[in-house]
Amino acid sequence: MPAGGGLDNAPFDPISFKDFGDDMKSNLSKFAAAALVCLATTAVEAADYTLGSLKISTPWSRATPAAAKVAGGFMVIENSGKESDFLVGGSLVRSGRVEIHEMAVVNDIMKMRELPEGLEIKPGATITLKPGGYHVMFMELKEPLAEGDKVEGTLIFKKAGTVKVSYEVRPRGAKGGGHGGHGGHGGKH
Amino acid sequence: MKLRSILAGAAIAALVIAAIAAGTLLVTRTFMPKGGFAALVGGPFVMTAHDGRRITDKDLAGKPFAIFFGFTQCPDVCPTTMLEVANMMERLGADADRMRFLFVTVDPERDTPDLLRDYLSSFDKRIVGLYGSKEETERIVKAYRVFYERVSTKESYTINHTATMFLMDHRGRLAKTLAFGEDEGSRIAKLREVIALARQSGG
Repeated sequence: MPAGGGLDNAPFDPISFKDFGDDMKSNLSKFAAAALVCLATTAVEAADYTLGSLKISTPWSRATPAAAKVAGGFMVIENSGKESDFLVGGSLVRSGRVEIHEMAVVNDIMKMRELPEGLEIKPGATITLKPGGYHVMFMELKEPLAEGDKVEGTLIFKKAGTVKVSYEVRPRGAKGGGHGGHGGHGGKH
Repeated sequence: MKLRSILAGAAIAALVIAAIAAGTLLVTRTFMPKGGFAALVGGPFVMTAHDGRRITDKDLAGKPFAIFFGFTQCPDVCPTTMLEVANMMERLGADADRMRFLFVTVDPERDTPDLLRDYLSSFDKRIVGLYGSKEETERIVKAYRVFYERVSTKESYTINHTATMFLMDHRGRLAKTLAFGEDEGSRIAKLREVIALARQSGG
């Protein structure tokens, strides 16, 4: 929670003594609502990570089909520092190993390659890892990722070092953009 | 004199043009198959379906089919495409059974019929996985003019491959292509068209 934040953000009507006792229930529900907003705020912020001058926002992945051995990891990385850094690797508790990939569909051909030097985040740049582009590739998945799961992992940067992150698993076919996982019809199970 | 050389020049030019035209005709006749470019896609193959049955192009005759080439260790294009196929099948309702949906693995080294069955069943059980030996895979890939190449990574490999789905009519001829990322409405319209065509011809 940011400094000076907290209840300032909550729709918390000051309780006037005149009202007090008139409608105890209403005030209680106001308090509950405020508490919920507070919790929700905490949850959103738990998905942002800072490592030196790097900010990593909402790491997410997608629910995997049965028998799938791979999944993509997506996020936004912002570098507010003065020099480039490189995302060079990471880990996921359910995956044997992790690679940093770039993917593109060029002339109807899906092309994927590992970035041998890692993904560069230039000073002042914001890089979005998303389906159809850069992604962290989880290889040798030991168990599937299911929608709603939170999966722990790490990201390793060449200069800034290692940061622990938690990936939120969104529905299959989620396209990214925004929080909470939109897109995808879910298909059949 | 002047007139003569102009006439000679014109005659030579006419000869050259005629030769080019004849040559083009010959080349086209020789290399362009009957039915134009559409006939370049598709053709004979023998593969193993995910339930162990051997399946050939002849088994597909009479019903239109959509065919896609991919592999299960593909993080994005393949699962996204299969999810879209499942969604289209749902939207087509009973008409979906008037077609076949095929997923051909271009990674026979790591994919197996069992793996394909499990993988595809999480999208729609009616999608048929096709598995082949290296040679069989090579043959079907060539028949459909599909591009694929293995790309090494530090510890393993990934595969670049054609992301387009081919929509074949009930005679096994290329009717339409479905591009990756194409709008669902447009894709559904194409499927309905080939289903209608098959129905009209009593398929």
